[in-house]
Amino acid sequence: MNVLQRYRPDPRSAAQLDGRRPGHTDGDAAVRLSDITKVYGRGPAAVHAVDRLSLTVGQGEFVCIVGASGCGKSTLLSIVAGLDTPTAGQVDTAGRRVAIMFQEPALFPWLTARRNVELALRALDVPKAQRKRRAGELLDAVHLGDFTDKRPHELSGGMRQRVALARALAQDADVLLMDEPFGALDAMTRDLLHDELDRICSERSLTVLFVTHNVREAARLGDRIVLLSSRPGRVIEEYDVPRSGPRRIDSASVANLASQVTDRLREEMRRHG
Amino acid sequence: MASTKTPPSRDATSENSAIAGLDSLELGDLTKSRDPARIARKAWSATWPKLLAIGLVLGAWQLFYLSNFHGDSDTGLVEGPGAGLANLWDQAQHAQLWQAIGTTIRTAVIGYLLAMLIGSVIGAIVSRIPPLRAATGSIISGLQTMPSIAWFPFAIILFGTTEAAILFVMVLGAAPSIANGLITGVDYTPPLLLRAGRTMGLRGISLYRHLILPASLPAYLAGLKQGWAFAWRSLMAGQLLVIIVGSLSLGILLNNAQDNQDLTGAISIMIVILVIGIVVDAIFSKTDLAVRRRRGLLTDAQTA
Repeated sequence: MNVLQRYRPDPRSAAQLDGRRPGHTDGDAAVRLSDITKVYGRGPAAVHAVDRLSLTVGQGEFVCIVGASGCGKSTLLSIVAGLDTPTAGQVDTAGRRVAIMFQEPALFPWLTARRNVELALRALDVPKAQRKRRAGELLDAVHLGDFTDKRPHELSGGMRQRVALARALAQDADVLLMDEPFGALDAMTRDLLHDELDRICSERSLTVLFVTHNVREAARLGDRIVLLSSRPGRVIEEYDVPRSGPRRIDSASVANLASQVTDRLREEMRRHG
Repeated sequence: MASTKTPPSRDATSENSAIAGLDSLELGDLTKSRDPARIARKAWSATWPKLLAIGLVLGAWQLFYLSNFHGDSDTGLVEGPGAGLANLWDQAQHAQLWQAIGTTIRTAVIGYLLAMLIGSVIGAIVSRIPPLRAATGSIISGLQTMPSIAWFPFAIILFGTTEAAILFVMVLGAAPSIANGLITGVDYTPPLLLRAGRTMGLRGISLYRHLILPASLPAYLAGLKQGWAFAWRSLMAGQLLVIIVGSLSLGILLNNAQDNQDLTGAISIMIVILVIGIVVDAIFSKTDLAVRRRRGLLTDAQTA
């Protein structure tokens, strides 16, 4: 579990640490980012979204990425998901399947909840006979068993996001990337969905890379919090979250950690001011 | 390593009921009332505008009759709505009218299906190939502004006075609208859905079939509807201009009425043409409404 140990990374040394031969991975790492750089545009107008960022996420680990605006959080997830290519550096998921969830549920509005999930199964070539049953099971897992035939617009925001979670799970992914998935939900719904996500991730031993700008959310959910600097995005600090039994968003340990992270984040923002 | 997660903070059942409770609170009461009074109210609110429209038309007709526009009411050239509808009823007793309606609808269906096929194929190809799109985009819009009747001399020289000439003009009128509808639909496919589709592993044909085409459906339907309007106008113009020997169509009946100075007869045929147009338009509107309802794109007023 060395990846969970706290260290203050210097991008260069971290790169050396992680600069193994391509294709070689130790059994413990699910996602390995080495020296990722992403530049948009070219010449004087070029924007450095991410700069030599290295990060290793262990199998079954829940890592929350926190940072102010412009730290390239979403870019990073797009790169891991293969939706975007890095300008330099390497992404290694060792052949693991990766699914992504966005702030918007991004469900197909012409399909019912069940059909949305079934389409993900279909894309994986799951035989037709099994699709319906598996989709039903997945929707049961997010407590939407009674709403399988509803279309997205008939569901509430939190329910849509749960359908999106079921669809992500249907992709049979080992790594779940979440880009502020609960950002648009009210606090009450978000709180319940945190419990849900906790349960589902431990049941399925998912590796999660969770981007948020809500520090408390990160302290509530993560095994580790990774703090990114702004423009260009780079790892400036990591926090291990002690596993001391049940956590709630309003518990003292969560609040403590959150205020620590917030202080550090403010310091970083002042640097830009 | 796998299950080093924090266990759920509360026991599963209380959490389930919390989330189920929240769900039912948020959705509210979804059951639609089957109250007969409500259904009757709904039926009435759907019917009265149509009755009013018919009333207005008949009223206008009566005024036209009373105005004695032609100045020779004794000749009986202009008849009131009563006599006119009696004429229509009389024509409906004869096979001739039905045969003409049959021919016209058959041509309409063939021409429209051809336009749909050609327009959809062109739209699909053009929307996928950007250079082609840049090159043909203005041609497609240009074709739409060309009045279809201007094509008839060309078509008649090319095909003679045959049904093919009419079909040719119908396709030229309708296909650009249909192609444009599909292209617009593909253009407006939400990028977020495309991202979601790609991460799900949808590629190439399956991306097209399961995501882009269904996402394009509303715009495509709008194109189909506009295409129908063009096709129907081209068909009517065609049947008036291209007199095919031995064939009996609504256009021919209209021509005959003109030749016989039979104003009432002409009005009867026009009513038939209007009714066909309204019925087809209603089918398109119903389909459009159904598609939008399924996707939650209706406002409350439209759903009511």
